[in-house]
Amino acid sequence: MAGIQVVRSEWTKIRSVASTVWTLSLAVVVTIALGMLIAALSKNEFDNMSAREQLSFDPTFISFAGMSLGQLAMIVFGVLVVSNEYSTGMIRTSLAAVPQRGTFLAGKIAVATGLALAVGLATSFATFFLGQSMLGPHRAEIGDPGVLRAVIGGGFYMTLIAMFSMGVAAMLRSPMLSLGILMPFFFLISNILGNVGATKKIGRYLPDQAGSRIMQVVTPLDDDTPYGPWGGLAIMVAWVAAALLGGYLLLQKRDA
Amino acid sequence: MIEVEGLTKRYGDKVAVNNLSFTVRPGIVTGFLGPNGAGKSTTMRMMLGLDRPTAGDVRIDGTHYDRLKDPLTYIGALLDAKAVHGGRSAFNHLLCLAQSNGIPRGRVHEVLDTVGLTAVARKKAKGFSLGMGQRLGIAGALLGDPRILMFDEPVNGLDPEGIHWIRNLMKSLAAQGRTVFVSSHLMSEMALTAEHLVVIGQGRLLADTTMADFIARNSRSFVRIRTPQRERLLDVLHGAGVTVVESGSGVLEVDGGKPETIGELAARHQIVLHELSPQQASLEEAFMQLTAESVEYHAHSETPRDLRRSWGEDWTGRG
Repeated sequence: MAGIQVVRSEWTKIRSVASTVWTLSLAVVVTIALGMLIAALSKNEFDNMSAREQLSFDPTFISFAGMSLGQLAMIVFGVLVVSNEYSTGMIRTSLAAVPQRGTFLAGKIAVATGLALAVGLATSFATFFLGQSMLGPHRAEIGDPGVLRAVIGGGFYMTLIAMFSMGVAAMLRSPMLSLGILMPFFFLISNILGNVGATKKIGRYLPDQAGSRIMQVVTPLDDDTPYGPWGGLAIMVAWVAAALLGGYLLLQKRDA
Repeated sequence: MIEVEGLTKRYGDKVAVNNLSFTVRPGIVTGFLGPNGAGKSTTMRMMLGLDRPTAGDVRIDGTHYDRLKDPLTYIGALLDAKAVHGGRSAFNHLLCLAQSNGIPRGRVHEVLDTVGLTAVARKKAKGFSLGMGQRLGIAGALLGDPRILMFDEPVNGLDPEGIHWIRNLMKSLAAQGRTVFVSSHLMSEMALTAEHLVVIGQGRLLADTTMADFIARNSRSFVRIRTPQRERLLDVLHGAGVTVVESGSGVLEVDGGKPETIGELAARHQIVLHELSPQQASLEEAFMQLTAESVEYHAHSETPRDLRRSWGEDWTGRG
């Protein structure tokens, strides 16, 4: 089967370059370390919070705070997995070996997604348990309602961010251009759009804003978000599907 | 066998490859010759389905490249030795190619051995010299033990030892009955390896012929004469209706003449000859002449048509 051959080949590719190891380990370390730090700070802050704030205190979501930074490493992973084919010229060798471009791209995305999912889920569980250990009396338990969903969702979120980046990189080909657009977008622009009143209604449909809803267990007060955790994730999946479809169509059309 | 039919590639207004048709046959080395920018690499990329032709068709053993199952086992190509991820080791580079085409892992060791890279198999490709990179690319082409091999400018930047190695490799591959298609912008290189020639200039087919026929047809043969009795010989040759060209420093050249005829003529008139030698212009000259003609043809073809149009308009205006 051509599909299995391509998956095997892409697995060799992904495990034989250094960027895979450093981007993914950075994602793990940053997410967990920052999550623990913010959890520890929140525990100390808790007693100074207003009653209102205490009511919407979400220990699960707080332990995922490191993802705002950790996701950037996932973006770099997703971008490099695809764009290093182009920046090195390897794409011509790869497409000569696998001229069915759809199969080629699907195999590459499948392998990178599988790896991102494994790392994402492991990170998500680790950051949850380590984060909760920092929260002391205010901690959440994995058996609490909605918590397991949020922790698994955190793994999905990291995976989908990486997939979205793969789609964008497949469209843009250049690693610098892809990172130059994705990094500021997810680190700054999306946050600004999501927090400024005038753009909030649009901002919450952006992939990261919608997707991160899955990691919330306690709904913030006066929250009027029109979608739930899974609805938010579905919006993110739609973005990912669009980016990958765009990448596929351009790959089909373009000269290598 | 590779069949190219009416292949055309346009980038905007620029025509890189123009209605190219030829066939590459097995058992011999076919040289693909043209000056830089003639469209050789573009043609080769289209053969591998990397670039989409604007028009026309390429068939590998009767099938489109992207319909081939495990294409590396049909056709192996070295297009660009730098088309490698520098951070990956030579072994892993070849392994991922092998796996994508269901080629067993043991074959990777074999081809590394063939190209002499076994010692550096675990080294990252970015540390490779140009020659080593070229060998790695060739290892990739040989990986699937294909019946067709394609090399784009394989000797570029190689040292004499590497050039010698590649020449012998190509000849032995062809001797095994494989189809070998190799591009170059150096006629002298082709003369040493190729039996058949496909020459293109500005994306158009200029010649598709055997090497021997190409030489016979395109190189200018002439007789070179030196004599102390120059004026007398000129008179005699003129009298016999032979056209002579004086090429400086007292050397005379007779285009297409036979040394026998000229020698007998001189002997009959008792003229002393210091040299009477049949000459053939070098292949490089023949190639330059051929491609230069294509350039000239191109440059002139626009003007007369434009002139004719303005003439015609002129006439209708008056009529």
